[in-house]
Amino acid sequence: MATLANLSPKAAIIVLVEHAFDVAVIGGGVVGCAIASALVRESLQVVLLEATADVGAGTSKANTAIWHTGFDAKPGTHEARLVARGHQLLAERGDDFGWPLERTGALLVAWDADQLFRLDSISANARATGYARIEVKSQSQVYELEPNLGVGALGGLLVPDEGLLDPWSIVIALATDFVVNGGTLRRKAAVTGAVHEAGAHELHTPAGPVRAAWVINAAGLNSDVVDRLLGHEGFTITPRRGQLIVFDKLARSLVKHVILPVPTATTKGVLVAPTIYGNVLLGPTAEDLTDKAATETTATGLAGLFEKGRAIMPKLLMEEVTATYSGLRAASEHSDYCYEVFPDNYVRVGGIRSTGISSALAIAEQVVADLRERGVAMQTLATPATVAVPNLAESRMRPYQDAARIAADPAYGRILCLCERVSLGEVRDALMSPVPAGDIDGLRRRTRALAGRCQGFHCGALITEMTSAWSGHSHA
Amino acid sequence: MPDLPQQTDEDVDVVVIGAGPAGLTLAHALGELGISDVLIIDRDTQPGGVPRYSDHHGYGIRDLRQPLRGPIYAGHLALRAVKGGARIMTEATVTDINAEQRTIEVTAPSGRFTIHAKVIVIATGCRERPRAARLIPGTRPSGVFTTAWLQRLVHLQHGSPGKRAVIVGAEHVSYSAVLTLRHAKCSIVAMVTERARHDSFTVFNIGARARWRFPLLRSATVTRILGDHQVTGVEIQDRKGRTKVLDCDSVIFTGDWVAENELARRAGLLIDPGTGGPAVDAHQATSAPGIFAIGNVLHPAATADICALDGEHAAAGIAAYLNAPGGWPTRSLRLRTEGTIQWATPSLLTPEVLNAARGKVLVQFSERRRLPRLEVVQGGNRLWSGFVPWGIPTRPVPISDSWLARVSASGSDPVLRVLP
Repeated sequence: MATLANLSPKAAIIVLVEHAFDVAVIGGGVVGCAIASALVRESLQVVLLEATADVGAGTSKANTAIWHTGFDAKPGTHEARLVARGHQLLAERGDDFGWPLERTGALLVAWDADQLFRLDSISANARATGYARIEVKSQSQVYELEPNLGVGALGGLLVPDEGLLDPWSIVIALATDFVVNGGTLRRKAAVTGAVHEAGAHELHTPAGPVRAAWVINAAGLNSDVVDRLLGHEGFTITPRRGQLIVFDKLARSLVKHVILPVPTATTKGVLVAPTIYGNVLLGPTAEDLTDKAATETTATGLAGLFEKGRAIMPKLLMEEVTATYSGLRAASEHSDYCYEVFPDNYVRVGGIRSTGISSALAIAEQVVADLRERGVAMQTLATPATVAVPNLAESRMRPYQDAARIAADPAYGRILCLCERVSLGEVRDALMSPVPAGDIDGLRRRTRALAGRCQGFHCGALITEMTSAWSGHSHA
Repeated sequence: MPDLPQQTDEDVDVVVIGAGPAGLTLAHALGELGISDVLIIDRDTQPGGVPRYSDHHGYGIRDLRQPLRGPIYAGHLALRAVKGGARIMTEATVTDINAEQRTIEVTAPSGRFTIHAKVIVIATGCRERPRAARLIPGTRPSGVFTTAWLQRLVHLQHGSPGKRAVIVGAEHVSYSAVLTLRHAKCSIVAMVTERARHDSFTVFNIGARARWRFPLLRSATVTRILGDHQVTGVEIQDRKGRTKVLDCDSVIFTGDWVAENELARRAGLLIDPGTGGPAVDAHQATSAPGIFAIGNVLHPAATADICALDGEHAAAGIAAYLNAPGGWPTRSLRLRTEGTIQWATPSLLTPEVLNAARGKVLVQFSERRRLPRLEVVQGGNRLWSGFVPWGIPTRPVPISDSWLARVSASGSDPVLRVLP
């Protein structure tokens, strides 16, 4: 254990003054935020340690934003159970937290005889996971459901409960919930070392040491590194990159469902899906990498997606592209989540690959149950503070459409980001919130400002200036 | 914010969406015809459109017959519109449009309201195609701009784009970006174009490059953006496939204009596949009764004075419609384009609507042609042929509208093409 003499004055004060936390959650992605929020609502003293400057800035921000049912997960796995339960919890908690969901249904399309043959086994798999609402669709029914599909579809499966979620707002909602209910959020606090002695963990971070009785590792891409720091060695993360192309909102009317391909052994394949923000998504690629920071897009990746997209829905490619991005899935060598509770008061929540947002609430529920079973004293908050996130979904009323709200506060009537119709009021709120945006990317995820078709042609200069000015005032 | 008087729903004769050179000039011209119940709505803080932050000379040549700096030109047009009786509402965004009922939905600090108009004019302009839409791979650092973002940053926010910039594109607006960068004391590492030469005036190219000594890299494409948080360089590839990295801290994507067509599409107007904007006839009338369109939403991107002259020209057609509404053509022929002609406007050919703005049809080439000769044919009949002074991508060229009178209403769609 570090002696006080070795610490900076600030760190020394933290050690002296601050009592140990009940739980330290490592990783401010969707899974870490969900766990932290659930635990703080059980009256525990919880610290959430995020390595970067913002929550939800890793895998949680760059994915396909699908609200999965788990119909295609391997039966009997943690993943199958937690995704199915998480799917339900997202809907149940949606009104409290304010996040939108859109139950569009998914249409899994077979494009050749082999794929058509495999639809039966996909249905059987779904039933084995406990999902029984799959419907078989003929060729003509497939085209009735999705008239703009390219030629060559032979048949398909409709999964009515798959849909769209808002990956950005879910993380922000959970992190905000955590903070307003008394949790301690530390950003730029990567865990660099760990000691476990006398029944407590001590974690080293650039923001000083943190003591906690329990540690929960939800460090996503770095969950294997954190696992080793904590003296375990259970798995290795191989980042699997997914590049995606976002088409303009004017393309939204072309697509009605999440259009899935028949998955192969290695990948779920390239899909075309609406987004809850009203765009259309094409992707992802699946590239196994070694570099956990390789979030760039590549010419080969984008060209490959265009080729696949042209076959799936030729009309889509006539529309303008508003963004391209890539995310890294935290895939491990195991075919399931790496979830385990260890006797040294450590919970491993690693290898949560592409279904993490759908399962996050169920994972949090599981962690709470496991800690309670091991004698952690809890008391559920009778009246937790609630803060609903602002709505970014096109299927619900946005602030710019809300006459009463504008009359009460004209800032909601001053549209700054014209393409996405983001008002001054929303930008202000995001920069002043309990978990404020610290930079332009954080602002984009909280409001969609600058995420539209013009990419800053109209408002980039103004919004960037506003962000640095306001974040400077409120958070020196 | 202080309490604002709440704006309520209202009826006007003419509502113009966009207070750029086209919209402002239209309002002035309507005023001259005695039509003053005109409301111009703009989402920006001030009227004027692009020239407002494009702080250099060259505006006002064809319309005002005098060279002006952009902001001066913008101010002049706005003042003239107001003197003609028009009202200008800024910071107000039109979020939807209903062509049948001729209503628009507006969000402004003063409220959310509906305007019903006898005539709606779409003057929403165009934008530069940003990096993402050009599918440029790489990381997503800051320091990637379009010219408009750059010019607003420098001229309106008085901010700094960086120290070393690469300019992508070599058309008129690219040289406008050069001026802005130099004003901000940013050096220019290179100008990169995928075409075999620049598309602007030779005097701009020679002048700018001699004065500020930067290379024009031709037949070169940007293949990657580098840098984690801030741009550190761009990778470019030449015609032979060789790549190199240009060190820089900012990249300006210039030109490659796209019509700002969201409202036109939401209104269900017939869209011209070449321009992406609404198809209009020679009186700037769209396919929907009472809805007109002017400026660069029709021809991305002509210079500001040509947009202004669209506006001036549209006034007569709008006045005629206000006097006798109901006479909207139900079916028009369409001007089709072939080969290296990307678009031509006006492209709706309505009988008896024979005089286009400036007496010209604007034509855009997709590839460079030296002294091209064009023809318009309908069935087996040649309606017109002639040489045009240039065939340069990104620079619309005018041809005569004299042949509009020779179009047979019962014939097939006329075709505009380049003669070999």
